[in-house]
Amino acid sequence: MNTVMSNKRIIALYVLPSLFLILAIIYVPIVLTGYYGLMNWNGIGKPSYIGLANYKTLMHDSVFWHSTFHSLLFALLSTLCLILYLAVALVLSGKIRGANLLRKIYLIPMLLSSVAIAQLWLKVYHPTNGILNGLLEKLGFHHTPEWLADPHIVLYAIFIPILWQFAGFYILIYYAALKNIPASLVEAAKIDGANALQVALRIKLPLISEVIKVTIVLAVVGSLKYFDLIYVMTDGGPNQASEVMASYMYHKAFREFDFGYGSAIGFFLLIICLVATWVIRRLTATKDTIQYS
Amino acid sequence: MPSMSTAIRPRTEEAVSARTLSSSIGYGVLYVVLAATAVLQLLPLLWLLLFSLKNNQEIFNLSPFALPKTLHWSNYSTVWEQGSIGRYFFNSLWITVVSVVLTILLANFVTFAMTRMKWKLSGIVLGLFMIGMMIPVHSTLIPLFSLFKKVHLTDSQLSIVLSYIAFNLPLTIMILMGFYMALPKEVEEASIMDGCSVNRMFFRIILPMTASVSVTAAIINMIYNWNEFIFVNTFLSDDSKKTLTVGIQNFVGQYTTNWGAIGATLMISILPILVIFFLLSNRIVEGIAAGSVKG
Repeated sequence: MNTVMSNKRIIALYVLPSLFLILAIIYVPIVLTGYYGLMNWNGIGKPSYIGLANYKTLMHDSVFWHSTFHSLLFALLSTLCLILYLAVALVLSGKIRGANLLRKIYLIPMLLSSVAIAQLWLKVYHPTNGILNGLLEKLGFHHTPEWLADPHIVLYAIFIPILWQFAGFYILIYYAALKNIPASLVEAAKIDGANALQVALRIKLPLISEVIKVTIVLAVVGSLKYFDLIYVMTDGGPNQASEVMASYMYHKAFREFDFGYGSAIGFFLLIICLVATWVIRRLTATKDTIQYS
Repeated sequence: MPSMSTAIRPRTEEAVSARTLSSSIGYGVLYVVLAATAVLQLLPLLWLLLFSLKNNQEIFNLSPFALPKTLHWSNYSTVWEQGSIGRYFFNSLWITVVSVVLTILLANFVTFAMTRMKWKLSGIVLGLFMIGMMIPVHSTLIPLFSLFKKVHLTDSQLSIVLSYIAFNLPLTIMILMGFYMALPKEVEEASIMDGCSVNRMFFRIILPMTASVSVTAAIINMIYNWNEFIFVNTFLSDDSKKTLTVGIQNFVGQYTTNWGAIGATLMISILPILVIFFLLSNRIVEGIAAGSVKG
């Protein structure tokens, strides 16, 4: 039995193709990103080594820091919205008829491509023919904003479709976790005289704390690497007011053909994502994980 | 359970009825909030469906949710015939199907070897797969582009398929892992006793047993691949090779002023996903929940 199940030839046959793929397509490129960051390279000719020059320029590049700030703002807003999703999930997992149908409806936007969502919301935000300004005019507003052309509101205007896209995803995760809590625990708390709010805050939330941590990581890292929707809706504009890290990298590499500098941004994005994951994990670490099963 | 708490601390009858009244008002408010959220989620899509069936004059002059006099299905036939939507659609379809089938098969191989077979480096290799989930796709984009260029795979759809498989393997393995862990060891012990080879056991016994969880993982994979944008947009420059997601981006550009055509294009691109969702919503819900929380 043991000899059969440790047959090296079969293990190699089963594991090596996949291992080769992730090494070649994920791990080699992330090492190369850091390496190309040390180069002056237009993507076509031969790269020339310039040491840390790209990274030094990066440190003094105000557009880069604005992009980073925008990405961090999205991360913060997304994390704050988790409270909203959690509240909806708490209600939904109570005695609500049609909860199953509702959570499916909430999920629908998440299944669509960011490009389709971006195109749709371009129309929603259209200054003269869009449904949003149409509604505002009916309500009596005369100076309706140009949502995506105004540098002061463009970031928030972009955040709304993001919210719309992912709300159902987080509600679904919380709902599934809340439904997993054994009914006996909730019953016991109620018999002891706890009201619905106390049950939610003192019993349910601590029991799903692991899931909440995972969603914080997902929301933060997801926001940091947000790209598709912004690329289609504003392409970082107007005047780079909605540029984020990933879009700035893309522009530098594939528009200005500064692959070295783009790689340096990509490497920074990688580091910040890994650090964010690690920091959130550390900050939310508990001494003992709560067991309930 | 209000009845239980009243059993412990008896209340006067008025207090009880006041409480049920306020709680039913509370429930009413909650239902309104939940229903309003659902409406907000659906409204933009309903608007899209409606304006895909109107001409510009109707879109700009009628109220947004009014039905047009005649439904302009011609918007759909126009974009399907004029543009290369049909080709984009076919490209998306085969790239998605091939990537998903290969990902599921490879992930099953790996998960089987990880959970059932004994070897020294399995811990490290598993770590590599799991950390792969945390790597942002964008950080690999520039080197991948130059690597594919070196091996002459830019402008080849093979580069897309390989990228999809690599980036979906970690999540797929994670979803499968839970199933394999719960599979009783007796299954393979019995078949090995009967003189079954490992390969035979994997293909004849284990793989069929994973059908349900594999389908769940396949659906998640399918949604990701169908909607993927940045790889196709970066690696492929030949228009005829692009997928629907990138195709509609180019296509919509030609129709900046014809809203009906844009609406029809967007509807065509999201329809397959919506149809699959209506057919398999329970599995999708289950798959998304499983794929995200277990990490």
